[in-house]
Amino acid sequence: MNGATYSSYLEIAAGLVILCAFVTLWRRSLRAIVRTLAVQGMALGVVALVLGVHRHDVVLIVVGCLVVGSKGLLIPTLVRRVLANEPQSRETSPLVNVPSSLVGAGALTFLAYGATRPVVALVSTSAGRLIPLGLATMLIGFFSMVVRRKAVSQIVGLLLVDNGIALVAFLATAGVPLLVELGASLDVLLVIVVLRVLAVQLWSKFAVLDLDQLQELHD
Amino acid sequence: MLALVLLLVPAVTGCVAAATPWRRWVGWLCTASLGFVLVTGVVLATRVVHRPALSAFSGVLRVDALSAFMVIVIGAIGLLAVCQSGRYLEREVASGHSSARRATLYAVLVQGFITAMLLAVVAGNVGVMWVAVEATTIITTFLVGYRRTRGALEASWKYVIICSVGIALAFLGTVLVYLAALHAGTGTHVSLEWTSLMRVSHHLNPGVMRLAFALLVLGYGTKVGLAPMHSWLPDAHSQAPAPVSALMSGVLLTVAFYVLLRFKAIADGALGVGFSRTLFVTVGLLSLMVAASLLLSQRDYKRMLAYHSVEHMGLIALGAAAGTPLAIAAVLLHVLGHGLAKAVLFLASGEILLVEGTTEIDQVKALLARRPALGGIFAFGLVALLGLPPFSLFISELNMLRAEVHVGLGWVAAISLVLMAVIFGSVMSHGRHMLFGARPDGETVHKSPLVVTAPLVGALVACGAIGVLAWPLDTLLRAAAMVVVR
Repeated sequence: MNGATYSSYLEIAAGLVILCAFVTLWRRSLRAIVRTLAVQGMALGVVALVLGVHRHDVVLIVVGCLVVGSKGLLIPTLVRRVLANEPQSRETSPLVNVPSSLVGAGALTFLAYGATRPVVALVSTSAGRLIPLGLATMLIGFFSMVVRRKAVSQIVGLLLVDNGIALVAFLATAGVPLLVELGASLDVLLVIVVLRVLAVQLWSKFAVLDLDQLQELHD
Repeated sequence: MLALVLLLVPAVTGCVAAATPWRRWVGWLCTASLGFVLVTGVVLATRVVHRPALSAFSGVLRVDALSAFMVIVIGAIGLLAVCQSGRYLEREVASGHSSARRATLYAVLVQGFITAMLLAVVAGNVGVMWVAVEATTIITTFLVGYRRTRGALEASWKYVIICSVGIALAFLGTVLVYLAALHAGTGTHVSLEWTSLMRVSHHLNPGVMRLAFALLVLGYGTKVGLAPMHSWLPDAHSQAPAPVSALMSGVLLTVAFYVLLRFKAIADGALGVGFSRTLFVTVGLLSLMVAASLLLSQRDYKRMLAYHSVEHMGLIALGAAAGTPLAIAAVLLHVLGHGLAKAVLFLASGEILLVEGTTEIDQVKALLARRPALGGIFAFGLVALLGLPPFSLFISELNMLRAEVHVGLGWVAAISLVLMAVIFGSVMSHGRHMLFGARPDGETVHKSPLVVTAPLVGALVACGAIGVLAWPLDTLLRAAAMVVVR
C-alpha cells in the first residue's frame, strides 16, 4: 500500500481504539461495554497488521493476528462469562456521572498530548503522531477503574489500560521483541483468568458484585 | 549454565509436587530445592565476584555480582519460609481448613513463585525481567487468597488489580526506554538487554527517558510497596498464610526494587543522578510518613508488620537516592537484613495467630511469660527490625544515613530520623503490650516445638552475625554495588 493509504488506515484503526475507550465511559450496560472492548481489541490488532504489512515484517503480522484472536475474541468471551452472574448487568451508580466522565476523558486526552510531546518529537513518523491516542486510552482506563464500582467495570478498565499501552508499543517501536511481546500477552490473559476466578468466587460464596461491598479490610 | 539449573530445580520440584499427592516427603523435597538455590547462589557469587558476568542463551540469562547476591537473598529467605510451610499445611489440613489437594496447589505455587523471582534476578533482558515480575503477581494472587475467606479474596482482588496496573505502567516505561535506545543514534545494534541499554545510556533522549523512568518508578514502585502505591500491601500481607507473607515481604518487594536499581543505572547515564534522586527521595519520604502515621494507631499485628515493610522500602529508596557505592552496598545489606528479620517476624506471628487465635494486638498479652520461646523470638525480631545493634539493619541504616549526608541530602536524613523515631516509639509500645506482663494464675508455661523455633533462631543469629562480622559478605556487596553505580 502507498504512504497515504497506509497512514489513513493507521489513523482510522488507532482512532477506533480511543473512540471505543470513550464509548465504554458513555455506555452503562455492561454487555455493551464488553462488546465495545472486543471492537477495541480488533482495532488494536488491525494497527499491528497495517504496520506489519507496511514494513514487510512477518513477525508483526503474526503478532497482529494473535492480538485480534486474544484481545478481540478470547478475552471479551472470558469477561462475558463473569457477566452471566450479574442479574442486572448495568453500572448503576458510578461515582461520576456520564457527561462529567466524558469531559474528564477529554481532559485526559489533552494531558496525554502534553505528556507525550518528547516521544512524538523523537519518533517523527506518521505512526509516531498517533502515540498520544494510546496514552489517552490508558489514562481513560485508569479513570474508569477509579470511578466505576462493578467488579466487571474494573476488569474493563484494566483492559483499557493494557490496550492503550499496547497501542503505544506498536506505534512507537513496531512492537517490542517477540519473546517479550508473547510473554506480555500471555500475562494479560492470565491476569484476566485470575480475576475471573476471583470474581466468580466472590459472587458464589459471598454474593459480592460491587466493590463497595469489599469493606472488610481497612485501618 | 548454572543459572539455567538454578531455574530448573524449583520448577521441576514444582512439577513433582504437582504430580504426587501431598505427603510429608514432598515438603522436605521443596525445602531441599530451596537449600539448593541458596548453595547455588553462594557458588555463583564466588564465580562472579571478581570476574565478568556469566551469560547464557545469547544474553537472556545473565548473572553478575548483583544477581548472585539477590539469588542468595531469595535462597535464604525462601528456605526459611518453605521449611515452615510443611508444618503450616499439615495444621491446615488437620484442622479441616484445607485439603490435601489444596496443599499440593500451595506447594506448586510456592515453587513457581520462587522460580519467577529467580528468573527476574538472573534475566539479562529487561523485558524478561518484566515478564518474571508480572508472573509473580499472578502466582501469588492465589497464595494470598489461599484461605478463601472473604477477607482473603478481597485482599487478592485488590492485590491483582493494583499490581497489574502498576506493572502495566512499568511495561510502558520499558517500551519507552527501548524507543529511546532505538533512536540513540550510535549505530550499534540495540536490544532489550540490560548491558546493551547501559552501553547507549549516555545517548538516550533525556525527554523520553524522564517520562520512561517516572513510569518505571510508579510501576515497579507499586510492586515494591512504596507510597502512594502501597495500598494493596497491608491487606495482602495480613491475609496471606504466614510463610507466604514472609516470602512476599522478605523478598518479593526487594526483587521489584532490584529491577528499579537496574533501570536507575540506565536513567542516571541519560539524565545524571539528579532526576532519579528527586523521585526516590519523594517516594521514600512519603513511604516513611505513611508508615509512621498508620503504625501509631495500628490494632492488628500482621498489619503492623506490613506497614513496617512500607517503612523499610522507603528507607532503601532513600539509600538508593544517595546512590554512592557505599549507599548501594548498604541498601543491599538492608535488603538481606530486612528480609531475614521480617520473615522471622511473619513466621512467628503465624505461630502466634495459631496458638492465640487472634490478630488483634490487644488480645495478645504477656507472651514472654506464657510462651517464652515464641515471645523471645518475636521480641528479638522486633529489636532487629527496629535497627538496634548487633543486628545488620543497624549497620545498613547507619551507612545509608551517612551516605545521604555525604551527598548533601542531610535534610532527608534528618526527616527520616525523626520519622524513624516515631515508628520506633509506636512499634515499641505495641510490642511491649504483646510481650510483657504477668502470666495469669493457673496458666502453665507453653513450650513451642523445636521445628518451629530452631529455624527462626538460626535466621536471627545469621542476621546478627552479618551485622557483627562484615566478612564474607562485604566483598560481594561492594562488587554488587559497583554493577549499578557509574
